[in-house]
Amino acid sequence: MQEIDISQAGVGMADSDEIQVVVFRLGIEEYAIDILNVQEIVRLLNITRIPRVEDYIEGVVNLRGNIVPLLNLHTKFKLQASGLKDERRIIVCQLDETKAGIIVDEVLEVIRLGQKDIESVGDIYTTVSSDQIHGIAKVSGRLLILLDIKKIIMGETAGQGE
Amino acid sequence: MAIDMSQYMDIFLEESKEHLTILNENLLELEKNSGNTDCLNEIFRAAHTLKGMASTMGFEDVADLTHHMENVLSALKEGLLSVTPQVVDVLFQCFDRMQFMIDRLESLGICNTDNTDLIDMLEEIKKGNCGFDRDYETEMPEGQESAETGPSMGFEFNSYDITIINEAINAGSKVYYARISVDPDCMMKAVRAFMVFKSIEEDGEVIKSVPHVQDLDEGKFDSEFELLFTSSGDLQSITKRISNISEINAVISNFSQSSLNEDRQGSTKPLTADNHEAAEQQADTEQRQIHKARKTVRVDIDRLDTLMNLVGELVMHKGCLEQIGATNKIPQLNETIEQMDRISTDLQSIVMIVRMVPIEQVFNRFPRMVRDLAKELNKEIDFIMEGKETELDRTVIDEIGDPLVHLLRNALDHGMELPEERIAAGKPGIGTLILSAQHEGNNVYIDVQDDGRGIKAEAVLAKAIERGLVSQNEAQQLSDNDIHKFLFSPGFSTSDQVTDISGRGVGLDVVKTKIESLNGEISIDTREGQGTRFRIKLPLTLAIIQALMVSVKDEIYAIPLSTVNETSLINQSDIKVIQNQEVIMLRGNVLPLFRLKDILDVPGEDISQSQIYVVVVRKGDNQIGLVVDTLIGQQEIVIKSLGKILSGIPGIAGAIVAGDGNVRLIIDIATLF
Repeated sequence: MQEIDISQAGVGMADSDEIQVVVFRLGIEEYAIDILNVQEIVRLLNITRIPRVEDYIEGVVNLRGNIVPLLNLHTKFKLQASGLKDERRIIVCQLDETKAGIIVDEVLEVIRLGQKDIESVGDIYTTVSSDQIHGIAKVSGRLLILLDIKKIIMGETAGQGE
Repeated sequence: MAIDMSQYMDIFLEESKEHLTILNENLLELEKNSGNTDCLNEIFRAAHTLKGMASTMGFEDVADLTHHMENVLSALKEGLLSVTPQVVDVLFQCFDRMQFMIDRLESLGICNTDNTDLIDMLEEIKKGNCGFDRDYETEMPEGQESAETGPSMGFEFNSYDITIINEAINAGSKVYYARISVDPDCMMKAVRAFMVFKSIEEDGEVIKSVPHVQDLDEGKFDSEFELLFTSSGDLQSITKRISNISEINAVISNFSQSSLNEDRQGSTKPLTADNHEAAEQQADTEQRQIHKARKTVRVDIDRLDTLMNLVGELVMHKGCLEQIGATNKIPQLNETIEQMDRISTDLQSIVMIVRMVPIEQVFNRFPRMVRDLAKELNKEIDFIMEGKETELDRTVIDEIGDPLVHLLRNALDHGMELPEERIAAGKPGIGTLILSAQHEGNNVYIDVQDDGRGIKAEAVLAKAIERGLVSQNEAQQLSDNDIHKFLFSPGFSTSDQVTDISGRGVGLDVVKTKIESLNGEISIDTREGQGTRFRIKLPLTLAIIQALMVSVKDEIYAIPLSTVNETSLINQSDIKVIQNQEVIMLRGNVLPLFRLKDILDVPGEDISQSQIYVVVVRKGDNQIGLVVDTLIGQQEIVIKSLGKILSGIPGIAGAIVAGDGNVRLIIDIATLF
């Protein structure tokens, strides 16, 4: 508690309880991931399909000579893609030594969230297992699903096919 | 302080390992040739640098051990100690301990090892105790130490000698020192020496001689030797007696206890601070001289990979630029593109060269291993390494070590006979083990060759029949070559004895699998009674391979050319079905057919064709036909990994970035089915 008091006293200082997130849209739902996990956001690239893997692995792309796997969260969370194809983006995440991208319908904005805005979730969400979600953030009437992108990406193991 | 040092840790670890390699190499050489002062100097320098680095980094235990080693080394250098097998063994133990400490430092960041056992041993050696002298003199027949490195001819006394001398003096005998030179023209030096000894022993006893008695007996000395002996007679009579021996010139003097003390001081002198410093200084100057010659920069491997990626990207974009130039037809642009093309091609080849490392990196640890093993097995081995400078891509280098260790162990354990057996078989007692590497075209050949007992074809065949790999009837028709191939089958071992070193039957098939995973091949050539040669053929690099590009519906795949036997265009109607398996007859052989689109679940519409392309690939010893839609062509490709998330997909070996910027997958035939 003391920490919060101190930070509130400071003017315009980013405090440790505040995180910056990238907000994006999947279908009609709004999701967010910690900006520290995001390396860059790029337009859709030519995707090469990978055989013999889980269906939510969309394929791989060539990102300036690096081969980056892409996850399709629509398939993973059983959502319907919507919106203009032109607005689709790849959010490239850098997790420790690993790079991976997710395909989103639209990137909306980058905002700051205080820990107090984030509520933890129960097991009510069936499509996303609750340990892959940090929580639900309420920002001026909107509900953002804050994803633990590291768990989502690193939790995947390839080679499920025969 | 600790934080400041941490950034140097990597450098320290890296360099320590290098120095340890130098130490091991040179000590091996020194063991073979005890008179090799160059090696000794090199060891001294490396140890000295190590000590300096370790104490700078604050690793006192490493520094302390090295310091004690250095004491012994400098005594060796001064010729005050001689290179005996014991000294060498203890030094090797020290090197091992240092390796252990450095490994610990690498993994844990601390080592805190208790080295008192080794330090005690080193101290003992330094004092010249434990009968090291004696052993030296029996085993080192050259006696060069006194001639070349010795500080004139001087005795070094161990406590045993001193006790004897003191006892003799206390008992009323006199101790004499004699410097005896034999006439250079003398034909039988040994006899003269023997006569001197006999003459002394009339009324006395020889306490010590340099060189040792045994060497004198064998005539292994220059024209001079020195003796210390007790005698009940007086100086004059002894001098007269010895001088009477022909072809001998003797200078005999009284030897007092005081000179004994002086001498003793003399022998310990190099270990005092002054002398030590002098030795250090000398080492420093020598070091400077040697290091001037090398001009290299240490580069992190990751950076090289990044560079490689960047160059790949550059080449890709150059492709785009070429297309723009072709469509727009601007002469000036085309000229520039041509220039760029040339430069990027050069750049690519240089990056490839930079990634090449000499195979020395792998070979270096072998002499030591072979020595230790040979010792353990009581075999005498002359280990020869050739072509250490042969360069290979570092990806191959990283992988080749273990298979080679395996082959060398096999050769030592099973191939080589014991010295007695060898002599009985009419071969030299010392076996020869050759490890060689050489370039040939786009391949590197590595041979492991021994002149041991070879492998009996009958024994292999018997074992193969016993294990049901081949029937009695089939066995009749097999050539020796076919039979030797059984050696590579899983769990195969002809050795009846399982030893620590090898023979558990997990051997050659593992080697073969590893080599094949590197796109290489292994073959064996063995003659009973004459020896065995394993030959490994490896591609120069794994990063760039030749591949056949094929298309399946809308997708394009690369098949490594090393697995492709041929391609063929066949009629749809030629396909037969046997037990639900499509096959074709290809030149009299039945070839099972697999459709790549089914294996890889390629989506999209089937393209109906009356003729289909079949790529005939090798999977192990079998041939398989892969049905594809079109053959695009042969191409040199740069392999990239799919990364951690997508690793281990069966049938996919990696990916490439094609000229158009798209990612294409490389098919791994071995795991495709």
